[in-house]
Parts: sequence; C-alpha cells; structure tokens
Amino acid sequence: MSPHVRPVFAQAPCPAAQGARVPVVIVGAGPVGLALAIDLAQQDIPVIVLDDDDTVSEGSRAICWSKRTLEIFDRLGVGEASVTRGVRWNVGRVFFGGSQIFDFDLLPEAGHRRPAFVNLQQYHVEQMLVERGQALDNCTLRWKHRCDRVEVHDRGVHVEVATPDGPYAIDCDWLVACDGARSTVRTSLGLESRGHVFRDRFLIADIRMQSPFPAERWFWFDPPFHRNQSALLHRQADDVWRIDFQLGDDADAETEKQPARVAARVRAMLGEDVCFDIEWASVYTFACRRLPSFRHARVLFAGDSAHLVSPFGARGANSGVQDADNLGWKLARVIRGSAPETLIDSYDVERGRAADENIRHSTRATDFITPKSPMSRLYRDSVLELARRYAFARRWVNSGRLSTASVLRDSPLSTPDRDADFAATGAVTGPGMVAADAPVSGSRGEWLVDCLGGRFVLLVFGVELAAADLQRLRDARECDVIAVRADATTGVGTDEGTDVGAHTLADVEGHAAARYDARPGTCYLVRPDQHVCARWRVFDAQAVIDAIDRACGVA
Amino acid sequence: MRSIAPAASPDIMALLDTQSNFTEPDDIYAMLVDAHRDLSDAQSHRLNVRLVLLLANHIGDEAVIDEAIAAARADLAGEGVH
Repeated sequence: MSPHVRPVFAQAPCPAAQGARVPVVIVGAGPVGLALAIDLAQQDIPVIVLDDDDTVSEGSRAICWSKRTLEIFDRLGVGEASVTRGVRWNVGRVFFGGSQIFDFDLLPEAGHRRPAFVNLQQYHVEQMLVERGQALDNCTLRWKHRCDRVEVHDRGVHVEVATPDGPYAIDCDWLVACDGARSTVRTSLGLESRGHVFRDRFLIADIRMQSPFPAERWFWFDPPFHRNQSALLHRQADDVWRIDFQLGDDADAETEKQPARVAARVRAMLGEDVCFDIEWASVYTFACRRLPSFRHARVLFAGDSAHLVSPFGARGANSGVQDADNLGWKLARVIRGSAPETLIDSYDVERGRAADENIRHSTRATDFITPKSPMSRLYRDSVLELARRYAFARRWVNSGRLSTASVLRDSPLSTPDRDADFAATGAVTGPGMVAADAPVSGSRGEWLVDCLGGRFVLLVFGVELAAADLQRLRDARECDVIAVRADATTGVGTDEGTDVGAHTLADVEGHAAARYDARPGTCYLVRPDQHVCARWRVFDAQAVIDAIDRACGVA
Repeated sequence: MRSIAPAASPDIMALLDTQSNFTEPDDIYAMLVDAHRDLSDAQSHRLNVRLVLLLANHIGDEAVIDEAIAAARADLAGEGVH
C-alpha cells in the first residue's frame, strides 16, 4: 500500500478591498476549527476559516475518536464516513512484564449507534471535514491565509492576515482561536497557559504492516522488549499501526528518531521477521496546561490553544471537538440575537471544568505510567502485581483514562432536579450529561441521539401532550417535542408536516426507558448540543420554558 | 467490637477509629512484624505497600483513609502533632 499523499487545497486569493464586517472568523482548519465552522454554517451563520497551510496535518496526531465525537460528527455530517473509514474498537488489554494482567471493554452494552472509539488518522478526519465544509454555502475556507495579529475591540476583533499575495485585514464580531498548542492568537494577545511540563520523552512511530493483531488497544508496563518503560500498540486505518515507546527523560531525540533505531525497537516488539514501513516517527514530550480563561472579550479559545493534555486517554482532539460542540449553538444564538452575550461565558465555565477534569485524568495517568520517585514506582508496580490476582486493583491501573462524554456538572445552564425520585444510579442520563443513545424507530432515524441536537428538544415518555402545549413550546421557544412510546407499533405518529403534532418514536428495545429512568409522563429537555439540561416527572410547560431560558443564559 | 472516636473535640478525628480494637493486640503486632521475616528491605517495602493497598480497599472510605494518612504523617513533615 502506498503512503498517504496529502491533498493540496487551492490557495484563496487575497481580498482586493477591505470587506464588510463578518460575524465569525475561525483561526485554524484543524478538527476543532473545521467542526465549529461546519456547525455554524449549518445554522446559517457565515463563517471564515483562516489557515496558514494548504493541506491537512501530517504525521502522528490524533487517532482515537470517541463515541461522543462520533455523535457530534454525525450531527455535522461526517460520522458515517469516519466510522466506515476507521477502525472500530471497544476492548483494551494491559500487560505487565511478559503477560496480560487484564482486559476491559469500554462499551459492554448493546443499543448504541457508535462504538467506544474509532481509530482514524487525523489527516483523514480533516479531509472529510474540509469536504463537508466546502459543500456548505456559508463556510469559507481560506488556505494559505495566516493570522498574524489580532486586536481586540469593545464589540469585535480586528484581524491582520498575511497571504502569499500580500496582507489584508478583516473585522469580525467574534474570533475563535482553534490554532493549536502554539496558538498565534494567544501569543498575539500576550496570554499564557499555565500548568506543568513532563520531562519524559516518548517515541511515536506510525508503521505500515499487514498484521493479525486485533483492533484493540494494547498497553504494556515494563515489557520484556522494552524494559522499565511502557509501550502502546494501536491499529489505525490503511494497515497503519501507532506504536508509542516511553523513552525516559534522558533520551536523545535526534538519536531515537533515526529510522534504523526505530526499526530495531519495532522488531524487538513485534518479532525479527515482521515486514513494515515507517510512515512517521517523532520524539515528543508533553505538558498539561490551560489558559486561565477561554474567553478574552470577543476572542474565544477552543482545543489545544485553550488546553493541553498528554496523549494517554485520547483527551486532546476529543475535548477540542466537544469545545466546538459546546460553542457552536451558543455563538449562533448570540449572533442572531436570540440569547444574551453572557451565554458565551457559560462556554468558559462548562469547557473550563471539562479541561480541568481532562488535565487531572491526564496528569494522573502520566504519573502512573512514568512514576517520579522510587516510592511512586513501588506503588505503581504493587498495583500491577495485585491486579494479576484481584479485580479491585485493576481499577487502579492507569494506562490512560479514555475519553468519555463530558458531564457538565453544576452548570449554570442546567436546571437542578425538582423531582427527587430520579434514580441515583441506573439512569445514565441526567442534567449536564449527554442524552443517552438508544435504538428507536421513527421517520427521523433509528437512533435516539440522531433525533436530537441543533435545537432544543423535549423528550416526553409514554404520554401525549395537548396540542396547545406543543404549540406554546414551539411558538415561545422553538422547542420541538418528541414523544417516546414504549410499544413498537407506532413510530409513525404525526410529523413535522403538521403544525402542532409531536414527532413520535418507538423505544423498540426498551433501552430508552431504562437509560432515562422513564415512567409515563417523564420529560427530558435536551440542548442543541445533545446535553440534558432539565428533567421532570410531570410535564409543566412553564417549567420547560423557564429551563430553556436558563439554558440560554437568560437570567 | 468496633467503636468510633467521639468527634467532640476539634482535634480528635471524626472518622478514623483510633480506639484499641483487638482483644489480643500483641498477636496482631507480632503478625505484622513476623510478616517481614526473611525478607530483604526491598521485599519488605513491597509487602508494606501491598498491605496498604489491600487494607485501603478493604476500608473503602476515602475520608477514613485521608484521616489515617494525616495521622501517620503528623510528626513526619512538620505538620505538628495532634
């Protein structure tokens, strides 16, 4: 198989004259910037994306796209393509010394459209997002347009752009910096990320080979082929495999990335007779840090420009895509004037907490994988030894806590439960959590999550709402109502065609009722980003309207 | 029989049971020390860490373990003595 050839996108011409002020400029056409651009364009908000390059990313970048990211990609129109092109996996194995100590399944239950993860090279994901963005009228991708400097004004941002044909400037209401770990927007504003840098060096090698290894995540602590260090093996698309070797903090980056040296390590791991090509090899260190605030007047930071984590846990790109998901509907509403500007502050609150959680997990995984003192090494090894015999110790083994959907705990946008009888456990969905998926039947799709998003939706279980209530929710707050029926005989119901009908879904396998702890009358209010923001045991139109207002930052 | 230390005085810990809990305390002491018989220093460290992990999981209460850590560290790291 031939190596990946990066596409070259046509350079955008330099605008001849100062254009009109635009609502949104995004800096950086990586996964985060592209996801946000598509989300905004799908909501009819015109968006300009500036990127200093004219192609997709190169080399070892993100590979593991989480279930939540795939659900967001479904909403953006690239979910199916990502899953088809990528490698689905749910199972991970952990080895210590020469033998496996346990395996785990990240999605042990049925009834979800998307798997725990799909592995796919970032360049493939970017290309799909670019093609999707190019198909949208409101989405303008400007390749070889480098954001040089930004100037923040009271009600907008002045952006100076360099192109191969000369410089120009754009004025915009909002600028979103999705320009990565070395964000020029961040530097231009003199803002600094805080946190700490880890000294351990890691070698990453993407190799091409035909191999019978299964599509699973294999992680070794202190393996015989790489003593006293860790190693990771992971399958990607096109017979490319990601291998990660911990090198320690005194390794020399130049020496370690020499092809002969890399090849020797790979052969030690996979066998002397294995045939492979090295697609990419690099030596890296990493940091866990974040900007104190993701909002700076009308400039917003998303993805790596806002926060950085170690790669263990797949929390980088997946948290960045969730940033975009969180920001898209808020920005669209504020730009349209249907929500106050203060709604944007909730982006910093919700995603700031998510970043803190990601950094905490990432730091702990790094400390477990690379113990910093003899005693922490002793604890680490003792946990691994006990894990061979005892299940309880396996929960302490930390080879990276893999990314799951962020729970927006104590969000100012969530309405706390008024009804105290929602099960504390069992129901997997509650305020702040992503609406749980379940197989359904109905004209809008076969999966519950696909029927949500893009607007506020009230899920009503087991009862019919009065036409007047449906009308009121639609007129007052553009809230759609979806009735979930237990029996599989419906699924037709009244549809969008009628003014006041609720769309009806049948909970064909009963997973929805279980995951939402539903009884007849139970209602869940779901935000445009598919997070639950309120729930009740009994429908109350005014309570729903108040909860929507709260979720839109209306005091 | 277990008893919980009263929380009346602020410098008495609320959750960690610091009463004597064994009818034959000498037996337990001997058991802990004897467990290290014939072990090198490195092996003894490993034994202790395994014991901590097994017992911590058995206790299963973060607040109790937090208080036990504080009690154990009390005069080690300049934190004062309770």
